[in-house]
Amino acid sequence: MYAALWHVLPGPIWVRIILVLILVVAVLAALATWVYPWIDGILNSQEATVGGA
Amino acid sequence: MCPQADGPVEIVTKRPRRAKSGRVTAVGVAGELLITASALVLLFLGWQLWWNDMIMANSQSDAASEISQDWIDQDTATPEPVPTVDPAEPSTTPVPVDFGAPIVAAVPANAKAFAVLYVPRFGAEYHRSIAEGTGHDVLNSNRLGIGHYAGTQMPGEVGNFAVAAHRSAFGGAMHLINELQLGDAIYVQTADGYYTYRYRDTEYVAPSQVQVLASVPNKPEGTAVDRIITLTSCNPLLSTAERIIAYGVLESWQPLSAGAPAELAPIIAAQG
Repeated sequence: MYAALWHVLPGPIWVRIILVLILVVAVLAALATWVYPWIDGILNSQEATVGGA
Repeated sequence: MCPQADGPVEIVTKRPRRAKSGRVTAVGVAGELLITASALVLLFLGWQLWWNDMIMANSQSDAASEISQDWIDQDTATPEPVPTVDPAEPSTTPVPVDFGAPIVAAVPANAKAFAVLYVPRFGAEYHRSIAEGTGHDVLNSNRLGIGHYAGTQMPGEVGNFAVAAHRSAFGGAMHLINELQLGDAIYVQTADGYYTYRYRDTEYVAPSQVQVLASVPNKPEGTAVDRIITLTSCNPLLSTAERIIAYGVLESWQPLSAGAPAELAPIIAAQG
C-alpha cells in the first residue's frame, strides 16, 4: 500500500521525500483539527461535572 | 528505496526485485492498515494529552486576559462622574477597607464568559474565563474552559458559586486542583470587581453527587449563610471515576475601581 504510494509519487528521491513529508503533515493537521476533536467528543462525556447537567 | 535502472545489465538484475516489492497483497495491505491504525491511536493520545491540552490552555488563557483587560479598560475609561450623580460610589483615593455587600451580577446567557478565575497556587500566569453553563460548548471550548453550573449562585452571592472544568485535556483548567492548601486565595474577577475566596477543604465524591452544588454544600435543605465557591473536576487524573470538589469561602470584595487585591495586582499587570 505505502510502497505503491511511493511508486506513484513523481520525481527524484528528494522530491518524493518532500512530497511524503507534506502529505504526512497534511494528514496530521487534518487529524488534529477535525478527526480527533470529533472522536474526543464521542469518548468523553462531561467528565468534569457532577450530575448529568 | 526504489531500485534505479541505470543500464541494461542493471535492468536484468533488478527487474525481478522491483516486481516483487511492488506487488500488493491482501495480507500486506492489512498489515499496513493495522500499523497505521495503531499509530493513529497513539497519536490521538498524544494529541489529547499534550497538543490539544497545551494549545487550548494557551488560547483559553489569552481569551481570559482579553476580557479581564477589557473590563479594566472600560472601568478606567468611564471614571465615576465625580461630584454630581453618585455620591455612594466609593472614590479611589481614600480606599475604605469595607466595600459593603458584594455586587451580584445577573445570570448571563449560556456560554457567555462573565468572570475570570485566578488561583496563584495553579501558577502565577494562571487565569481562565468562567462562562455560564457546563456543556461541551463551554468546557471544551478553546476560548472558555470553566463552566458555571446553571442554577447555582453568582460570584459574591450568598450560597454556592459552583464551577466545573476539565482536570486534563481541553486546557485542563483544574489540573492542579488537588494542590490547593488551606487559605489559598481563589480570585474571581468580573466586570464589577474582585471577589477573594479562601480555599477551605476538598472532598472526593461519586459523579452523581449533585448535593455538592447545593447552596449549603451537601445540605440541600439548609439555609445559606456563607458565600461559597465550589470547584469541581474529575478524579483521579486521567480518569472519570470520581469527582474532586474544592470549596472556598468569600473573604472580601472590592470594586474594579479600587484596583486588584495586593497579591493579584502584579498577576493582572503581567497578563496585559
